[in-house]
Amino acid sequence: MSDHESTYVPKTGIEKWLDSRLPIIRFGADYMALPTPRNLNYWYTFGGILMLCLVIQIVTGIVLAMHYVPNTEMAFASVERIMRDVNGGWLIRYVHANGASMFFIAVYLHMLRGLYYGSYKAPREIIWILGCVIFFLMIATAFLGYVLPWGQMSFWGAEVITNLIGAIPLVGEPILIWLRGGPAIDNATLNRFFSLHYLLPFVIFGVVVLHLWALHTSGQNNPAGVLIPKERTAKDTLPFHPYFTVKDGFAIILFLILFALFVFYMPNALGHADNYIPANPLVTPAHIVPEWYMLPFYAILRAIPDKFGGVLAMFGAIGILFVIPWLDTSRVRSMRYRPTMKVFFVIFVIVGLGLGWCGAQLPDAPVVSGMPSFMLLDGQLNSYLWLTRLLTAYYFAFFLIIMPWVGLKETPLPVPASVSEPVLDGGIPEKKG
Amino acid sequence: MGRQGSIGAHERCDVTESVELNHDGHGGGDDATRRDFIHIAAGAAAVGAGVMMAWPLVNTMNPAADTLALSTIEFDLTKVAEGMQVVIKWQGKPVFVRYRTPAEIQEAVSTPLSALKDPQPDAERIKAGHEQYLVVIGSCTHLGCVPTFNAGDYGGWFCPCHGSHYDTSGRIRKGPAPLNLIVPTYEYISDTRVRIG
Amino acid sequence: MTIQNGTRSAVFKILASAVAALSLVAVAAPAGAAGGGAKHPRSGGFSFEGPFGTFDQAQLQRGYKVYREVCAACHGMDLMSFRNLGQPGGPFYDSHFKGGPADNPYVRVLAAEVQVADIDSETGEPIMRPATPADRFPNPYANATAAAGANGGAAPPDLSVMAKARHDGANYIYSLLSGYEPAPEGLQIAPGQYYNPYMAGDLSPFWTGDPDHVPSGGFIAMPKPLADGQVTYDDGSPQTVDQYARDVAAFIAWASDPHATERKRTGMGVLAFLFIFAGLTYASYRRIWKGIAH
Repeated sequence: MSDHESTYVPKTGIEKWLDSRLPIIRFGADYMALPTPRNLNYWYTFGGILMLCLVIQIVTGIVLAMHYVPNTEMAFASVERIMRDVNGGWLIRYVHANGASMFFIAVYLHMLRGLYYGSYKAPREIIWILGCVIFFLMIATAFLGYVLPWGQMSFWGAEVITNLIGAIPLVGEPILIWLRGGPAIDNATLNRFFSLHYLLPFVIFGVVVLHLWALHTSGQNNPAGVLIPKERTAKDTLPFHPYFTVKDGFAIILFLILFALFVFYMPNALGHADNYIPANPLVTPAHIVPEWYMLPFYAILRAIPDKFGGVLAMFGAIGILFVIPWLDTSRVRSMRYRPTMKVFFVIFVIVGLGLGWCGAQLPDAPVVSGMPSFMLLDGQLNSYLWLTRLLTAYYFAFFLIIMPWVGLKETPLPVPASVSEPVLDGGIPEKKG
Repeated sequence: MGRQGSIGAHERCDVTESVELNHDGHGGGDDATRRDFIHIAAGAAAVGAGVMMAWPLVNTMNPAADTLALSTIEFDLTKVAEGMQVVIKWQGKPVFVRYRTPAEIQEAVSTPLSALKDPQPDAERIKAGHEQYLVVIGSCTHLGCVPTFNAGDYGGWFCPCHGSHYDTSGRIRKGPAPLNLIVPTYEYISDTRVRIG
Repeated sequence: MTIQNGTRSAVFKILASAVAALSLVAVAAPAGAAGGGAKHPRSGGFSFEGPFGTFDQAQLQRGYKVYREVCAACHGMDLMSFRNLGQPGGPFYDSHFKGGPADNPYVRVLAAEVQVADIDSETGEPIMRPATPADRFPNPYANATAAAGANGGAAPPDLSVMAKARHDGANYIYSLLSGYEPAPEGLQIAPGQYYNPYMAGDLSPFWTGDPDHVPSGGFIAMPKPLADGQVTYDDGSPQTVDQYARDVAAFIAWASDPHATERKRTGMGVLAFLFIFAGLTYASYRRIWKGIAH
């Protein structure tokens, strides 16, 4: 499974018996003994946090499914019944709803960590790609789940996003009718969305297993971005347990504190009030917005004037992530030692937050109120439409232009020869060519 | 996956495993035992957290407030004619409300307790002053079938599934059922109205 | 025990994600909340706001009275049942009634004051009978079409979750009900519409006055529903529109989130536990990592 030797030695008779039939204890013991770079910082705890989020979502989701009714006549009322009459139902529901947001906070930070430390670079391309698959499945699951309470935003968000499918030339319309199960979003749609929402998290779990398998095969990256050769295992690594189980555990508790603040004191802050209005196919809400974690992609969708172009751009913004391992030409992994790239990365984070902000605004609204402006093509220059286009341009430029170009042109800082050399031996790190 | 145990893993803190690998000799002050109190405390807190998270999940499967609200119904006794019974639904089960004739009451009262499989005097199964009305859950105490009215050898009920005979007080006389028909909690809120549950 | 750099950065990291998360709260707040020109709601000074807030039971009782006597004529609360009035945290909860809301005589009497539709148990014919605690609040209209038809095409919305269905719900409801003003000169109002400065909407197409000073607010199909002295309060509280609006807003806030107090109380316990747990785990972490170079 990995190039690390298994260190487990079964001691008792039962252990030996089981080990020769199903080496599950060996599997667990090897996992716990996994040599992990000793210089990992707290940005590396988000993997464990994400696993906890997935388990929380699945467990609370299964319990909610015992009470939820996926029928347009009863869905909204069944959710409110969970909130009012089911013992502790309000807690399970708020945990599940806010858990989705927490899941995305963690996954974005996890992905940004991967970008910063070059965790997508060889030999870890597959880990990265599997991670992108998980991210895409998460978005799909979240979209399906948001439809289930059958509020105004549920219905109209589903309406808008499924209509995008209709934008595909030639096959769009038939696929749309097949997807909805009818000419409009109705009971058939709700029922199948519920079924798929129940299914996808288990698919995510499977991909997570592959993701971890690939991680254990290539070995964990580290903030210095240096590979750890076999002979340096003792010096540069520590066993996963207890050193990183306790570190992950501590980070998880801090994460749970943030989670608890939302669930118990601001349970609806990350949602939208309009979703407490039962769905009405005849009345469109004033502003249709998806949940916050989809806002950047929603912004990109609306930035392109052509409907199908917008769909391509939106999916492209996710799709581009898959090919990052081949876009970055730098031989240095970690941006710790890539000062030029670091600047572009920070701008990228700000652009991402900016796109999220733009996604929640009306495209015609002025960015700076009162500032004189002029019409440029189809919109005022001083409008969120053009700001979004600017930010979208940077988003794609970061991957398609900056990553390849800066990798070739920049002068990186000297990379340490190994993970622990600067710390333990006091030696001067060799300059990497 | 081992991930699940990551928080509670302190309890399994394996001393031998960690000592084997080289930690540059800078181990903790007392390497004597890593099973320090603090690890046990943290581990105990982790177990506590697990239980605190598990309980609400399990409790959601307990009857919800609206289910419990339907656990009380009222019934107008004037709807039952003498010598007849009315079947009503309560908590998803049938309830027999039987208006007993004086002969049936006499039979119920005069049965010796030694003749009963589940001895219980009739007086314990009705409310004083209202001997004519018998309220029992219509579910055979053997395996739950609904007994038929005015059938069987004792003038009460007969369960067709496995042949249990109940008398005019709903007590088991013959057959595989172990207990008398259950009398639910009920009270007279007026002479002609009962509240069950 | 000093906090290591690494852990300082851990706490900063969590704080950073908290800041990011909370800034996302700002993002998630829809642009339309302030847009459209509705006046910002006034504060109703509610006892249940904030992390330590609780509902004022007397206020909830008065609020229920206002709802039942004024609002229930047009607005249903389909998700509410009479037994909810007697549940813990509710307006008529009394811990002395061990059997729960069904035992509570106030709840039984309040329910019996209202007629609900049912079927005769012998003939199957539709009848009206007094409600029991197990019954839901009856809807004034037989169906959605009847509701809209009886109100000039605009069906009065259900109030069960209204405080959650509007941004800053309780304050919004209070402001809306007590904030009716005469329409400013130059505002063209269609028949069946009324001006309210707290209602969401954009009045520019209907405004004939100075285009830089479009009045805030929008049109609402409900005329001013409250008047002084309309509802008799037995506890001596002022029988004013302002008081009625405050009380019914509190009642609707409770109906929208009946477990709010329990939620906040549980939160206190959970956070206290988590802080202690964090401390223990941090100590364990420091112990394990003592002297380890990294």
